Amino acid sequence: MQYVNKALKERLKSYRKRPVSLLLFLPVMISAAITMGILLLLTGYIIVKGIPNIKPDLFSWEYSTANVSLMPALINTVLMIAISLLISVPVGALSAVYLVEYAKSNSRLVRIIRITAETLSGIPSIVYGLFGMLFFVTTLGWGMSLLAGACTLSIMILPLIMRTAEEALKAVPASYREGSYGLGAGKLRTIFKIVLPSAMPGIIAGIILAIGRIVGESAALIYTAGTVAKIPEGKDFLLDSTRTLSVHMYALSSEGLYLNQAYATAVILLLTVLAINSLSAYLAKRLTKS
Amino acid sequence: MTKYKENIMKAVFFTAACTSVLAVALICLFLFINGVPAMAKIGVFDFLMGTSWKPNNIPAVYGIFPMILGSLYITAGAVVIGVPIGVLTAVFMTFYCPKWLYRIFKPAINLLAGIPSVVYGFFGLVIIVPFIRDCFGGTGSSMLTASILLGIMILPTIISVSEAALRAVPASFYEGGLALGASHERTIFYLMLPAAKSGIMTSIVLGTGRAIGETMAVIMVAGNQARMPDGLLKGVRTLTANIIIEMGYAAQLHREALIATAVVLFVFILIINLLLSLLKRRAD
Repeated sequence: MQYVNKALKERLKSYRKRPVSLLLFLPVMISAAITMGILLLLTGYIIVKGIPNIKPDLFSWEYSTANVSLMPALINTVLMIAISLLISVPVGALSAVYLVEYAKSNSRLVRIIRITAETLSGIPSIVYGLFGMLFFVTTLGWGMSLLAGACTLSIMILPLIMRTAEEALKAVPASYREGSYGLGAGKLRTIFKIVLPSAMPGIIAGIILAIGRIVGESAALIYTAGTVAKIPEGKDFLLDSTRTLSVHMYALSSEGLYLNQAYATAVILLLTVLAINSLSAYLAKRLTKS
Repeated sequence: MTKYKENIMKAVFFTAACTSVLAVALICLFLFINGVPAMAKIGVFDFLMGTSWKPNNIPAVYGIFPMILGSLYITAGAVVIGVPIGVLTAVFMTFYCPKWLYRIFKPAINLLAGIPSVVYGFFGLVIIVPFIRDCFGGTGSSMLTASILLGIMILPTIISVSEAALRAVPASFYEGGLALGASHERTIFYLMLPAAKSGIMTSIVLGTGRAIGETMAVIMVAGNQARMPDGLLKGVRTLTANIIIEMGYAAQLHREALIATAVVLFVFILIINLLLSLLKRRAD
């Protein structure tokens, strides 16, 4: 619903007789201005300070204290995203299939799954980090590694993937399923050939949101993936310690020696978030259209 | 054969669905097994209410009351700063924003929501900390700074959840208000906002959860002194900061005490989740 929108001039005129309304109107405008102002200040400041600091040195293959390259962190971030999604997406999507296609919507199990998923999405990342350290790093003996970090993150993004996949599956019209059954397909075939492909855009939108969370994560990774600025290599690369871009940024700004490079890293992070947001907005638009 | 396959796949779906239950169980198990014995060893009362945290002393003292207070104060500060601005911005977006502006505002809020907490922390470090130092003196890394930064960080949560709540109020309420002669503003503040109350409460609780669990941004601006908070302009340490700062070198009881700190944080989060589900039930 679009609420009546008088032109600003007309609105201001009407306040002459209604001082209380003016008193209510002003804080609304001030708050909106503050919100927008903060965003502009934050992005503007970082971009203005950061862009001049983006130099070819920052993208050299090996990290050293001389070039403070962010390339290893960038590649590690991509690896981290890939492995986390590889674990989390199948689990999340399949569990959404169970919730939508198999379970009775009010059974006790479904309620428990829902409550646990909600609990998971409220747990702060530092608690995930600690759990990952106790379970993957120590108990399973993986050490601080790419794998331990990715497993921790995949639990963290699981509720997000589950929820978006569930909504996407629910949005598939029942007539699709009926049509498929009517043509003689079994339940399994219907799910894999009809329901999941139609729900794919929604599932992908969830995956993009999850990528955003992984890119921004740092507290859950410091004690699970560690902070080594090196690209993992060799056949045991999964057990190498890695730092992602956010952890890199934290390391730079807390050391306090490389502020310029921190600005540049912040710009790269901001641009990534912007790209992810535009991509998911584009997908959402296409989804509502069809 | 097909029947066989169907059953196997059903079991696979079922197993996947149980993963989240398993994950929560494992998280609880590992935190409590590693944390609770330490709490018992230190003494539950001494641990929760002890006012000094000196892991390097002999004998070491582990009291996390300063950190509990630190977390609560900073979260309260963030709510005081973030909620009014957030809710009013949501009002603006729902009732005032022309369409062309909305097309800028909405992605802007989404961008705020997506910015990583380290970038917020860095922003706090280079902008808010010097600002507070110049205006009020002190080092700049303080409870006030952290509250302001967290207030900013919870804005997108509060704005988008409140906006959804306001949009869910039937338009007939608004029309009824106007028809009774109330102005645009009076209708919004006396009819629409009360009608969206439970959604707005949900947004506040979600924001509180985000604020109390935030780690990296807070570490960068709060000063992190492990002592009882004494004033807005003095540094404080939160529960989250305590864990991440000392976990790197902690061993034995010290390490377990840090895990017990996470247990306390976890209990806070569980309480917040409980509040959320109560709110949801009331809304239904």
